Amino acid sequence: MSLRISLALAALGIAALTAAVWLGPTPLADPFANDEATRTIVWDIRFPRALTAWIVGAALGLSGAALQGLLRNPLADSGVLGLSGFAALGAVVAFAFGVALLASLAALAFALIAAFAVTTLGWSARGPASLALIGVGISSLAGGLIALALNLAPNPGALADLVNWTLGSVEARSLNDALLAGAFLLAGGALIFFAARGLQALTLGEEAAAAIGADLPRTRLLVVLGAAACAGGATAVAGVIGFVGVAAPHLVRAFAGHDPARLLLPSALAGGAILVLADMAVRLLPTDTELKLGVAAALIGGPVFALIAARLASRGGDA
Amino acid sequence: MSALLELHSVSVTLRNVAALDGVSLCVSPGEIVALLGPNGAGKTTLMRAATGAVRHEGRVALSGADPRMLSARQRALRVAYLPQRPQSIWPVSVESLVALGRYAHGAAPDRLSPRDQAAVDAAIEACSLTALRTRRMDEVSGGEKARAHLARALAQQAPLLMLDEPTAGLDPAQALGVAEILRKHAANGGGVLLSTHDIALAASAADRVLLLRQGRAIAEGAPIEALTPAALESAYGRTGALMRVGESYVAAFH
Repeated sequence: MSLRISLALAALGIAALTAAVWLGPTPLADPFANDEATRTIVWDIRFPRALTAWIVGAALGLSGAALQGLLRNPLADSGVLGLSGFAALGAVVAFAFGVALLASLAALAFALIAAFAVTTLGWSARGPASLALIGVGISSLAGGLIALALNLAPNPGALADLVNWTLGSVEARSLNDALLAGAFLLAGGALIFFAARGLQALTLGEEAAAAIGADLPRTRLLVVLGAAACAGGATAVAGVIGFVGVAAPHLVRAFAGHDPARLLLPSALAGGAILVLADMAVRLLPTDTELKLGVAAALIGGPVFALIAARLASRGGDA
Repeated sequence: MSALLELHSVSVTLRNVAALDGVSLCVSPGEIVALLGPNGAGKTTLMRAATGAVRHEGRVALSGADPRMLSARQRALRVAYLPQRPQSIWPVSVESLVALGRYAHGAAPDRLSPRDQAAVDAAIEACSLTALRTRRMDEVSGGEKARAHLARALAQQAPLLMLDEPTAGLDPAQALGVAEILRKHAANGGGVLLSTHDIALAASAADRVLLLRQGRAIAEGAPIEALTPAALESAYGRTGALMRVGESYVAAFH
């Protein structure tokens, strides 16, 4: 069942990638035509952008599903819990202090700090809402610290672009960007893969999971490292894009069931497809200035998040 | 045969309060031992000490080994522990939940060896869940949920079953059903340690009881001998008596 859903979602991702290469502000009769202009549009602009969107979406979907399993909470995701905010802070600090080359490593390191903080504070949070509130605190701290970094930066004027970047976009990304996010996704995915059985055990709650033999400290460490790698890589390349990590597992549960281990791969594939489609939508929207992908994700994802939270609350708050 | 669980002068201090104070207990193969006592007497703390989940003084041995020196997996192969108010955070199927009992044997719920599958099937049958095995945990009643969690512990096939209030919220017939499952486990050479507020059930089902109050053992032995009116009054602060009625017992307080 899970395999069939994964295959369907992979096919959807490929279809979305193909459509993203084909469709755009400049209509192409044949995206595989062998003239210079088409090649440039397709292989230098559209394909790297769409591929980056897919990888970033997959990383966010996977880290969301893993964090939800670990914290036993369907509202968890790297955006809500502040991992993305802290990753952006890391990148901003690196740029602001002239070590742009280290931006992605800084994003990873800061995402790790947030991941450790939120899993430590939220480990025994009662009910989804209290964990989300811890995330609000950590995200707000990240926002405040980004403002502080801009405040203290030697050359704040040059950083206006950077603030714009934190809004989240895959516009004008190259294959190198896709490769960077892809490497982080692979590393994070491998770590999370080894935590999958532990996540399954956590279905029983912390005490019973330990009682059936799950090594919870190991599971927690693997997920923290894996989610931080996914969110750090995605944010370093594309800025902050929220809610994909909440939405992808939520959508997939309807087809793949609730087993946290069996949700991981479908959530990654769904996240990838969602973000390619969302990016295609912002490219095709007839606006003067292109809408930022992160902004679009927040505009759609925010209300979806509120609806999921409201539904959980009406069930008694405890998922 | 060596004991499945041994506690020797075990004390646990939680937030500067003695939650358990010099308690000794032994559960041997083929034996059902019931922990009794009012809320806060230390029943759950004793079980947590037995699994190494809380820091304790004194000696604890699970099939001869200190639980704190064992890995989570090694512990799970020695004792199947069912905590109070067990959770099913995600609404997985009854069968998947029971299959989690095979975790320490290396199985995942969707990848069961024939041996794992046989253990899961036997546990599901023992708990009368055959008709419900594909139902989701949020679609079954409270009593059915409790049985599914018990089946999870049975599927673990550990020699010692340690159950914290397994009959809470069950109707009398279901509670008797649980007692029968425990007797069967003991008859097959396993040991059982359960905590309960159902004194009559404990008296019918258990070979021995340990009555706790404020972390101390105040009576131990065969139920009818240990649960004297004086011991019950000392534990619960009310005049009580345990009476034999036919094959079973009745506990009354006033």
